[in-house]
Amino acid sequence: MSRGFTPKIVTANALVEGDAVYLTADDRWSRDHAEAELIEDEAHAQLRLLGADRQRDLVVGAYLAEARQGPNGPEPVHFREAFRTRGPSNYPHGKQEAGHV
Amino acid sequence: MYDYTDFDAAFVARRNAQFRAQVERRLSGALSEDEFRPLRLMNGLYLQLHAYMLRVAVPYGTLSSRQMRQLAHIAERWDKGYGHFTTRQNIQFNWPKLTEVPDILDALSEVQMHSIQTSGNTIRNVTADHFAGAAADEIEDPRPTAELIRQWSSDHPEFQFLPRKFKIGVSGSPHDRAVVKSHDIGLGIVRGGSGQTGYEVIVGGGLGRTPMVGQVIRPFLKKADLLPYLEAIISVYNLMGRRDNKFKARIKITVFENGIERFRDAVEARFEQLSRDFAGVAPEVLAEIEQSFAAPAFPDAPEDAYLAARAADPVFRAWSDTNLAEHRAPGHAIVTVSLKAHGATPGDATAAQMRLLADLADRYGGGELRISHEQNVVLPHVRKADLPALHAALKTEGLATANVGLVSDIIACPGMDYCTLATARSIPVAQEIATRFRAIGLEEEIGRMKIKISGCINACGHHHVGHIGILGLDRAGVENYQITLGGDATETMALGERAGPGFAYDEIVPAIERLLRAYLALRTDPGEPFIEAFRRLGPAPFKAALYPAEASRDAA
Repeated sequence: MSRGFTPKIVTANALVEGDAVYLTADDRWSRDHAEAELIEDEAHAQLRLLGADRQRDLVVGAYLAEARQGPNGPEPVHFREAFRTRGPSNYPHGKQEAGHV
Repeated sequence: MYDYTDFDAAFVARRNAQFRAQVERRLSGALSEDEFRPLRLMNGLYLQLHAYMLRVAVPYGTLSSRQMRQLAHIAERWDKGYGHFTTRQNIQFNWPKLTEVPDILDALSEVQMHSIQTSGNTIRNVTADHFAGAAADEIEDPRPTAELIRQWSSDHPEFQFLPRKFKIGVSGSPHDRAVVKSHDIGLGIVRGGSGQTGYEVIVGGGLGRTPMVGQVIRPFLKKADLLPYLEAIISVYNLMGRRDNKFKARIKITVFENGIERFRDAVEARFEQLSRDFAGVAPEVLAEIEQSFAAPAFPDAPEDAYLAARAADPVFRAWSDTNLAEHRAPGHAIVTVSLKAHGATPGDATAAQMRLLADLADRYGGGELRISHEQNVVLPHVRKADLPALHAALKTEGLATANVGLVSDIIACPGMDYCTLATARSIPVAQEIATRFRAIGLEEEIGRMKIKISGCINACGHHHVGHIGILGLDRAGVENYQITLGGDATETMALGERAGPGFAYDEIVPAIERLLRAYLALRTDPGEPFIEAFRRLGPAPFKAALYPAEASRDAA
């Protein structure tokens, strides 16, 4: 196991809508953070990110974000990533509107 | 108002057609994101936290009622029914789909609007005093100057790849309402010794990571020399400006590192050379632009109905106390319509509100509207006799909030609710301050107050120049808010000083309340606003209110 590697997920924005999306273990882009593949190995994370970068007709700006295992799947660690799973706090828009949370 | 020429219309149509083709190539995969990103940014299209964002310029903050109606239409058809007015007199749509942006741009062009140069390292939307052409203290309307600069800077071949973005603001009054000293170039229209008007030229102002107050590079510039002189400043910056470090690339750093004298010498030398080949704009072109901004006629209007309504209706009286400014013509007023209803998002307007404002502008204000950098809407020319009816109509869409210049009239950037650059949220802090001070009933008592909130160090919310500034940061994965005190956004511009350690999200509103309760106890009388009490007393008593534990420890 690589030293000091904290678990990650691969996330990006959808090309057409711009919405936050998450890479699943079976290579789909899900709108739901809990469906993301939680990656515990650094080398595997880099490979998954490279694969995501190649999907330029689907997503924009893929990156690795810290996550941890929760009861229903991976959960965000940083508040910025938590906001991305919901939408803005001033209106019920974004994922909270679409019923993804 | 300025009307597009055939040249302007053809230019915008060509750009829109280009962008439509670029979007198609991005969707087909012919363009990568790395290739597409600079192209979309040239058209004001950002990718934010949850969606794309389209930033549309409102040149010098002036809108016609027809344009405002079209913005309402765009908000309803392609967005979520609202738009966000910004501190740079732009409107931002927060939810467009990439595939629909070309249609939005076409809809904008129908009313002579676009989003060109609202991003990128170019000369951005030229801003101006939102009371232009109406203010009682005005020397001259700054908008013909701003329009001239807009035409000259749009697609200027030498200035499409500057070291960094470049912002120009113009004021026509001795009282600066356009924050010109925080712009890369600020212009103030002044009257010279001979009685002729010209410009005081200020350079190197800016907020952001390294805030600086602009310095005078030319105390008086003849109007005819404006474009060659601006061209000289920007071409010197284009060569001298640092491209090795993004954080040192703005002109304020160029001026600071070289010193104003050396920078001025370089500009004057370049100006002398340039003005031989480029005499500026032909006087008839400028005269034509000036003509398009000619003020409407202001026939004498009786004030009886206004005075009667003030006497009879305390709600109307409170609103007219805070939301009106002195107009140049007797019997008229400048109306600021607050987009800061308590608990609402500063600067947001729904499609229904935009339509009502357009209708009211037609009915009472010559069809003209303004967007202020303080994120409110202005009806610049209203007869005082019409104010009671206007006020009653504003109430129907929640637009009659009587709080302009008070504690709840807060500037706030979109912060981490929308922006990818943000390090913390701004909007909910503004919402909670506004609702808290209404709940405890201290808003009117506190009086004149400018609170400005930014959700990151880039300072879109102008926190450095707020009487109270709030800066949201990420401290070890938690939102944290720093307070600055004593800033001033006017002609006496001052940068606020940091009060001390930051506050957690749930501590920031109580901290502001302690601060303002301390001010109420410290002021000599209700006529001494916070900023004057701060200047008289210095920061110590205010810091003691913000950090009571430290204060009692120091006293022990």
